[in-house]
This record gives sequence, C-alpha cells and structure tokens, in this order.
Amino acid sequence: MSRPVRLSLFGVAGAGLAAVLVIAFRGLPDFGAYHGVYGQALDGFGVTLRHATDLITALNFDFRAFDTLGEEFILFVSVLGIALILREMRGEHEAPHQGEADEHHFADASHALRALALGLTPGLIALAVYIIVHAQLTPGGGFQGGIILGAGPLPVFLAGRYLRMKRIAPHVLVEVADAVGAAGYALLGISGLVLTGVFLKDALPLGIPGHLLSGGQMEVASVLVGLEVSGAFLVAWSEFLDQAMVVESGER
Amino acid sequence: MTVLQIVALAAVAIGGTAVVLAPDPLRQVLVLGIYGLMLTMLFFVFQDPDVGLSEIVVSTVGLPFMVLLALRKVGEQDRERRRQEEEQE
Repeated sequence: MSRPVRLSLFGVAGAGLAAVLVIAFRGLPDFGAYHGVYGQALDGFGVTLRHATDLITALNFDFRAFDTLGEEFILFVSVLGIALILREMRGEHEAPHQGEADEHHFADASHALRALALGLTPGLIALAVYIIVHAQLTPGGGFQGGIILGAGPLPVFLAGRYLRMKRIAPHVLVEVADAVGAAGYALLGISGLVLTGVFLKDALPLGIPGHLLSGGQMEVASVLVGLEVSGAFLVAWSEFLDQAMVVESGER
Repeated sequence: MTVLQIVALAAVAIGGTAVVLAPDPLRQVLVLGIYGLMLTMLFFVFQDPDVGLSEIVVSTVGLPFMVLLALRKVGEQDRERRRQEEEQE
C-alpha cells in the first residue's frame, strides 16, 4: 500500500474515531458527579465497616480482595515467563566469562555517584516499607511500595557495581520473596476460609481507624503483595540485567 | 473543571504525541518516563493519588529499566552481526 493511500485510510478512520469519541464523551457525567450505587455504598462504608481510611486499599485488599489475588498471579506468571524464556536463551549462548561480569563496567562512575547510590538505597527501602505498612491509612499500598522496594538495590547497579547489587538482591532471595508473597496471599484467603468459612474474609481484629494496626487483614495482604511485587520486579530486572551484562553475544 | 485539570489533560495529550513522534528508541524511553510523570499529575489533579503512585513507579522505574536493558542487548547483537558480516567479506 502506498503512502498516500495509507494516509487517506488513516484520515478516514481517525476522523470516524474522533467523531465517535466526541459523541461518547458528551454523554459522560461531569467530573465528581458520580451516580453509581456500588461506589457510593463503598464510599460510605469504608471507614465504618472496615476501619480503613484509604478506601482504595479497602477495595483492593478487602471488598475486592479476590480480584487482587488474580492480579497478583498475573504478575507472578508473567515474570515466570520472562525467567523461563531468558534462562533458556542463556543456556543456549553460555558465555565464556559467565559469572565474572565486568565489575568495572562503568569504571568511570564518580565517587559522588557512588555516595549518592549508597544514600539512595536505604532511603528507597525505608520509603517502600512506609508505603507498604501504611496501605490502609494513606494512598499507596503493596503494589506501589513493592516496586519501590524492588528499586532499592538498583542505585547500586547504576553506580557501576553490578556484582555488588547481585549480593544485595541475590536470585534465591528475590525468587523466594516472589513465591512467598504469591503463596502467602492465597494462604491468607484459605485462612479466611478456615476461620470464617468464606475465602479471603477478614478474620483479624479491625482495630481503631487511623492507627497503624487497623483494617484487619489489609495490613497482612499489603505486606504479602509488597513482597510479591518487589520479588517479581527484581526477578524480571535481574534476568534482563544478566542478559545485558553477563551473557555476551560474542567477545567484546 | 479547574485550570489545573485542563493543563494536566493538555500536557498528557502533548506528551503522548511526543512519545509517538520520538525517533530514537533510547530517547523514546526517556520521553516515555516524562510522559509518565505527566500522567501522574493528571491522576493527582483528578483526585486519585493511589493510581498516581502506581503510575509514577511503573513509568519511571519499572518499565524504562527493562526497555533500556533490552535496547543494550539488541545493540550488542547488532554490532556483533555487523562484525561477522564484515569478516565474511
């Protein structure tokens, strides 16, 4: 297909899509004018029923906790896929220098950069823990905190210390975190089944709204999801890192 | 709708176009990260800090890191292939 034909085809399709979108958007309620019964019910019951001041977390880890189970396993399985494919590739092109990756790859990384990385790593981890354990109180939760936790070791890599980073976040540790988080969430559901007769139903005391230990199982679920997400992202990142840094397509 | 919301919407529209129009994949990753920050602002001014937090961690840390490493790998393989072709000639 020649360029003018493609452009005119795009023009027709684009104009049609724009027209349909304009019609659709005109029918939307104004921002803030929400009339859904389910949403308003949850909005009203979040604090009184579940003792969580962050309604989104109450939704994710309590009212719709089963959806989160599915989402967690989507992440788990996709990371499993990455590891499966990339490790298979690594087996095919076993590099001669495997294991002794060039530690001085960014040998010109300045001392200032390294000092910054040294300061960033504990800061990121502290921020991640804060966001994970305050899931039911303030915005954020296991997913957001989990990625920040996973990003904790990355500054060490960015400062040119790839092997040092592998020591902070070794394969075994991140794999176990991923698996324990994923399995733990499922077991949390089963514990609800055992204790209350309903899968994922909250069996823990709800506490006082606004306190750190409130919201019942949300806190536990958030920590487990945080573990799973940080493990999953670190597994994926280190597979990519191994491909880029250790496995060499040929000699340099 | 407030001025801040209109500005955020306009920034997302411009940012999204900029990502598509960026010619070089390496620069595209950086533009994508900035676009993620614009989306974060959009979610924030529309009163959804939870999704804003998710967006900021995915678009500035999660995704660019993987794309950058993949680009490095692809570039390495390209160089290797080119060298092999030169040797054959």
